[in-house]
Amino acid sequence: MKIPISYNIRNLIRRRTTTIMTALGIALTVAVLLSVFALVEGLRTSLSATGHPLHLLVTRKGSTAELNSSMTQEQFQIIKVKPGIAQTPSGEPMASLELITVIILESPENPAGVNISVRGLTTTGFAMREGVRIAEGRMFQPGRREIVVGKGLAKRYPKASIGSKLEFGRGEWDVVGVMDGGRSAANSEIFCDLAQLASDQNREAGLSSALIRATDRAAMQALMNDLPEDRRLNVDAVSEKSYYESQTSSAAPIQFLGIFVAIIMAIGSSFAAMNTMYAAVARRSAEIGTLRVLGFSKLGILISFLIESLLLSLLGGIIGCLLVLPLNNFTTGIGSFITFSEFTFDFRITPGIMLTGIAFALVMGALGGLFPASSAARKQILTALREN
Amino acid sequence: MKATNYLPLIAKNSFRNRRRSLLTILSIAASLCLLGLLLTIYHTFFFTEATPDQALRLVTRNRVSLANPLPLSYQQQIKQVPGVKEAMIFQWFGGVYKDSRDPANFFARFAVEAEKFGVVHPDYKLPDDERQAFVNDRTGCIIGRKTAVRHNLKPGDRVTLTGDIFPITLELTVRGVFDSKIDSESLFFHYKYMNESLATTAGFRDVVGTYFIRMERAEDANAISKTIDDKFRNSPAQTKTETEQAFGLSFLAFLGNVKMILLSICAAVTFTILLVSGNTMAMTVRERVREVGVLKTLGFTNGVVLWLMVGEAVVISLIGGALGLAFAGGLCLLLRGVPSAMTFMDMSQFAVPTSVITICLLVAAMIGFVSSVIPALGASRRPITEALRFTD
Repeated sequence: MKIPISYNIRNLIRRRTTTIMTALGIALTVAVLLSVFALVEGLRTSLSATGHPLHLLVTRKGSTAELNSSMTQEQFQIIKVKPGIAQTPSGEPMASLELITVIILESPENPAGVNISVRGLTTTGFAMREGVRIAEGRMFQPGRREIVVGKGLAKRYPKASIGSKLEFGRGEWDVVGVMDGGRSAANSEIFCDLAQLASDQNREAGLSSALIRATDRAAMQALMNDLPEDRRLNVDAVSEKSYYESQTSSAAPIQFLGIFVAIIMAIGSSFAAMNTMYAAVARRSAEIGTLRVLGFSKLGILISFLIESLLLSLLGGIIGCLLVLPLNNFTTGIGSFITFSEFTFDFRITPGIMLTGIAFALVMGALGGLFPASSAARKQILTALREN
Repeated sequence: MKATNYLPLIAKNSFRNRRRSLLTILSIAASLCLLGLLLTIYHTFFFTEATPDQALRLVTRNRVSLANPLPLSYQQQIKQVPGVKEAMIFQWFGGVYKDSRDPANFFARFAVEAEKFGVVHPDYKLPDDERQAFVNDRTGCIIGRKTAVRHNLKPGDRVTLTGDIFPITLELTVRGVFDSKIDSESLFFHYKYMNESLATTAGFRDVVGTYFIRMERAEDANAISKTIDDKFRNSPAQTKTETEQAFGLSFLAFLGNVKMILLSICAAVTFTILLVSGNTMAMTVRERVREVGVLKTLGFTNGVVLWLMVGEAVVISLIGGALGLAFAGGLCLLLRGVPSAMTFMDMSQFAVPTSVITICLLVAAMIGFVSSVIPALGASRRPITEALRFTD
């Protein structure tokens, strides 16, 4: 016969101060781990939400990013007439020549300023980013010093709100709109007219890169093979999706730190849980003896104490999840050394992450409960009854 | 009787429940090891004093961002600013050495002016003959000790760097290995070699990312920075001049809000130890209430009883703290091998500073005190008859 779980629950409630303190220790450990996971998950989701599956990013051979790529109008004219490129309803090739540069934007959080990407593009380029729409204000007008900012930027940088002016390059730019790019990279970028930005930055001769859309998968593969081979061009082509997904590595240092911290904290919390459980075993010595006399097996006692420890850590795990829940959708930014600028995204706490946290807590509970439970099971009936 | 007379009794009590004390010590040790390590990182980032040579160096870059270059013509104008001893071109090359996927192959590579390097960076020590050999060889380079050891490079060896930002491949020859307290990994080569290798059309020629400036006196840093930035205020490329240390810290912003992350983890860790320790102390005290009755019957005062219990808690958490710091010290030694590309700082000198040791021990003592004082007060004030009758 099994010892009922209600016995364990009542015991935990009876010693509520100890229970809560131990559970809180576990909860904080879980919270540290989960906040790092939520950060990485948020970054990963945003990056994988960026890019169209049929888009190719064409950059100068050898460059690893749009920022250090360069492309001339002549090269672009060759690229855009390649076979396999999709067409707009009006019959234009879906190819966008773009210029990327980086500016420093100050915010209350970071008074020294943070690097932000500015992308100069044409109306075709904007239309190719189907997930991006103007949420507030209006689109920039070609030929004017106007910019639209991603909603992540608008939220975190008061200097980049509609109606204000940003100063970079040769003067001021009017912020005329806020764009909503779903979860994509556009949320952390500034868009403006290609020709304006090129003349402002003195880059008419050397722009950055080209974004093209293939008609289908096969055409995309053909373009990926053909473009690097074209001796007139000296370019590489990568899928836009994989370009962004590879940037998840930006979170590697924080991820490493977070996991390292969580593991050491977990060791500490397991010892604490062990302490609590040993105390529980010691105090209930007579009870254990009684249970044995009543016919409960050694294994039954072992399982019962293990369950109690797991319940304790489950409570900790649940509190830990609740502690990090307010972080969900909290907007933050992280720098990428690939784009040399900040990527804005939201923390994301998914059910999967919460389950990981609870599993992590249960591991702590199991580690902390195993030895006390086995010591309880090994007690001799007579000595156990005589203790206290 | 003096308070110290009770120390033997406190020590004896601490190890009465050996298993519990050990578990508490280990638990506190794990947390304090972490606290020590995080504070060490924090200290290294934000509190390390600039070395005398670092304090004499300024860095000028484009105000817009590091990705925007400065004209070559600025060098002479910067050099004319009073108090500036030398201004040297300092250009990030980046590039790929061997296989870019292996983090061991990440180390910084810069194009500099070899003949000025000794003036601007005298703290990068290398033998005179090696320094001269570097200056004389247009395709020569010098590397930090750690990189030299890791890749088994010595003077005369060849290093090939494939450009990623710059569309060129450089064939370099190692001419010297330098030792420096602040940098054990970088590679420096001739700007002239890089610039001449670049085609004129690409727009990469005559590009300068930063100028490193050596001042005559460190006190002039603010005045000189301001003079330089004012000079170029109305130029197409405005500048931002700051000390080498501030420049280095600006990269940290890439990791996100490092200060906040470190401090919030520290807070969570400290709070966790407090919970753990408080829990144990409460258990210990509860078990001894009857004993307190006996002690008081024998004539021990409330104060002494309180001191016995608080002292025990402080002793246990101090032992845990010391053990944790020892672990942290060991981990620091292990972390010295990590390439700086992963950590944003030169790790070759990484160690727990004295200030962090002091803080951690204080935190440990405080935790012992705070966690025990409330249950101990309750127990010591309990009337004798009630204490003797107490059942747990």
